[in-house]
Amino acid sequence: MASRRMILGGALAGAITPSMRAAANETSLPPQVPAWSRTQGEAVNWRPYGLPSEFEKGVVKVKRPSPMPQEGVSLTPLQNLQGIITPSGVVFERSHGGTALIDPAQHRLMLHGLVKRPLIFTMDDIVRFPSQTHIYFLECSGNTSRDWRSPVSKTVQESHGLMSGCEWTGVPLATLLDEAGVLPEGKWILAEGADASGHTRSLPLEKCLEDTLVVYAQNGEMLRPEQGYPLRLFVPGWEGNVSVKWLRRIKVGDAPFMTRQETSRYTDLMPDGKAREFTFLMEAKSVITYPSGTHQLKGPGFYEISGLAWTGAGKIRRVDVSVDGGRTWRAATLQEPVLHRALTRFRVPWQWNGGPAVLQSRAIDETGYVQPTLAQLVRVRGFNSRYHNNAIQSWAVANDGKVSNVQV
Amino acid sequence: MSKSDSLIMTFVAGCAVASATNAQAQAYGFGKPATPREIAGWNIDVSPDGRSLPPGSGTAARGKALYESQCAGCHGMKGEGSLANQLAGGIGTLNTDKPVMTVGSYWPYATTVFDYINRAMPFTAPQSLKPDEVYSITAYLLFLDRIVGEHDVLDASTLPKVQMPNRNGFVSDPRPDVRNADGGKL
Repeated sequence: MASRRMILGGALAGAITPSMRAAANETSLPPQVPAWSRTQGEAVNWRPYGLPSEFEKGVVKVKRPSPMPQEGVSLTPLQNLQGIITPSGVVFERSHGGTALIDPAQHRLMLHGLVKRPLIFTMDDIVRFPSQTHIYFLECSGNTSRDWRSPVSKTVQESHGLMSGCEWTGVPLATLLDEAGVLPEGKWILAEGADASGHTRSLPLEKCLEDTLVVYAQNGEMLRPEQGYPLRLFVPGWEGNVSVKWLRRIKVGDAPFMTRQETSRYTDLMPDGKAREFTFLMEAKSVITYPSGTHQLKGPGFYEISGLAWTGAGKIRRVDVSVDGGRTWRAATLQEPVLHRALTRFRVPWQWNGGPAVLQSRAIDETGYVQPTLAQLVRVRGFNSRYHNNAIQSWAVANDGKVSNVQV
Repeated sequence: MSKSDSLIMTFVAGCAVASATNAQAQAYGFGKPATPREIAGWNIDVSPDGRSLPPGSGTAARGKALYESQCAGCHGMKGEGSLANQLAGGIGTLNTDKPVMTVGSYWPYATTVFDYINRAMPFTAPQSLKPDEVYSITAYLLFLDRIVGEHDVLDASTLPKVQMPNRNGFVSDPRPDVRNADGGKL
């Protein structure tokens, strides 16, 4: 950790500032004994809810500019994170009507439609059901959508930050559906949020019964407001917007409900003018998070390339890394655990010779699917499909050690 | 059977006994029945079949003033878009380099327009419009692209019958549709 921060110097937002470094040099380094070793620290439990060190205050989400402050996205600082769990405070947001602030005592989940027994659950009811905890990734289908035509994103936060991985705890939706008794003609559900957009998506019953959860907790604590407190849907491996936040209603129907979000919004326009609908699956994807856009390497020598891979289809089987723009590849080490529909951390050692390099990673999942190049995607889908850009990402390292987003 | 399994079985059996009088088939018996009145207040979704459309009606002629006061601030006086999305125009552009995706050019169902306005608009006061107002604004948006006439009455029976220009513009998901040429060879 410490050595990497020194290597990166000021390139990392939140790194030690020059003035702090100067002060440290004078009084805190050997042979001096630093002040914090000569006085008592803060009282135990000085902050009843712990927060990151003040030296990490630059590690934050960034909001992408949007006309309405409540409608838009904020991005996860992937370049600053380790392992496979995204801390709850920096999990990306995609909201269509702001963050609803809901008193859990006032929240209700209504389950109705083609069921034998329409039911209303309180939060106390929900948490009494048998629960499950799983580690899953969550990715917006619009992740990397700005880079279809040219590499406009500067950092991996901008290019890939609509993606996070967390531990989620909730009740299988199948349990609640059983409780209400789905009628034989029930084939789809509508999930609706209690936010100001009344965000709604249809889901096939099959997926609801397979592994969809009604989630109340994230990374060991109750959901954060931005993540749908007190209750959200979680649909593993599928585009993030179907994991409806602030979940207030589930209606069982015999066909998809054709809401605005699944007709005019989250559909993928092809060159022939036809649009794909219900493109739920997030296909295999990976990205190198270190070194990545705007990082500055401090001269030739050893660097550990590290990144994340994920697939909605199941587990990551292998990740290959290239340092020559895809001409040659070698398999990266996958950090255990490698989990179903979760982030997988990969690493590969690299001796930088100081010359130009183009770093790429390529994920292969357990179905044998190989992450494609951007050119391969564009050849089939053109430039107007907006969503589901899972192309291989390229980071160029210049002679001076500057790292930037490129397309090769 | 593990210890935890047997605990679950005990628990489930207890519930079944406790709730035997009112909900025999519920495994746990949590939650309360949703009454028709409770459901009616929240059951706002409108599917293409239009079955759940509310009573009421509207026309583009009546919708014009409503649109201009409630919607035009963000979407432009003629639905041309400003702060928020363009809502009209763009028909025939979907297969070009610069597709313009609007209600008129892209949305496959007129019922969805009603549903979305009713649940989420205006942005500053969602769920504040009355059914007649939603019908009228829907009619006005469709009139901007001449999908309905200025005085056509939209209601629960006519709205689902409106044919949107891009009704047949959607296909199911064909993925995996892209193969990495070298198949991931090392």
